[in-house]
Amino acid sequence: MALEYYLVLSALLFTTGVIGVLIRRNAIIIFMCIELMLNAANLAFVAISRSLGEATGQVFVFFVMTVAAAEVAIGLAIIVSVFKHRQTINVDEVNSLKG
Amino acid sequence: MNPEQILFILFGAVSLIGAIAVISFRHPIYSALSLIVTFFAQAGLFVLLGAHFVAAAQVIVYAGAIMVLFLFVIMLLNLGTLSVKGAMGSKLKGFAIILGILFAAEGIYIAVKAMNDTAVAAAEPATEAVTITTYQIGELLFSKYLLPFEVTSLILLAALIGVIVLVKRESQEEN
Repeated sequence: MALEYYLVLSALLFTTGVIGVLIRRNAIIIFMCIELMLNAANLAFVAISRSLGEATGQVFVFFVMTVAAAEVAIGLAIIVSVFKHRQTINVDEVNSLKG
Repeated sequence: MNPEQILFILFGAVSLIGAIAVISFRHPIYSALSLIVTFFAQAGLFVLLGAHFVAAAQVIVYAGAIMVLFLFVIMLLNLGTLSVKGAMGSKLKGFAIILGILFAAEGIYIAVKAMNDTAVAAAEPATEAVTITTYQIGELLFSKYLLPFEVTSLILLAALIGVIVLVKRESQEEN
């Protein structure tokens, strides 16, 4: 399978994540879309690593996974505390910092 | 069509459909389950690319640990009744989708362009099925990328402490 098919699939998955972040208002689903985007980047990393025959791309996938895990842990803790204070996780209603 | 192409189309279609399902289901639980399907399909793609260790880590870390966190929080907050109403921002939805299509076109253009005149294209094309072993990954991780590796452990520590602080402050305010 040629590299470009994997890159195109990765671009499509990333775009799906971007559209999700733009159209959804539920903070948890926005988080899931961020995970989608990180995964699309991982797919591109692995595909290029394969095509170059080098392991570096796969090493970076592990760094991305670590960052994603840390981000999800912190983000969900923030969402839980926002929910406790405001009784909602709709990002349009949580707008106290809006100028 | 050889088996690899068939498997690529299968896993690619499943992961793309799963991704679209994530952003179109109204209830967060269904979105989370679709996301698990996407992660599994991507693990399949990683196996196709010969990255077996990454595929295993994908299933364990993403489909396992991260999705359990998501499902746990969705069920803890019991969002079912709250979030379904107005789940989609209606005002700029069409605009967002148009922007997304433009973005996808750009991404595909770059992906195809990358095959023509970049370092990736200049490198030897797809030396037949070079499977990168876990040994190679470990060797790189603990020699060339040792410092980034240690920094990621700091990130995890910071995340751990951050979560504890966030949760602790909550329970003190309640008392």
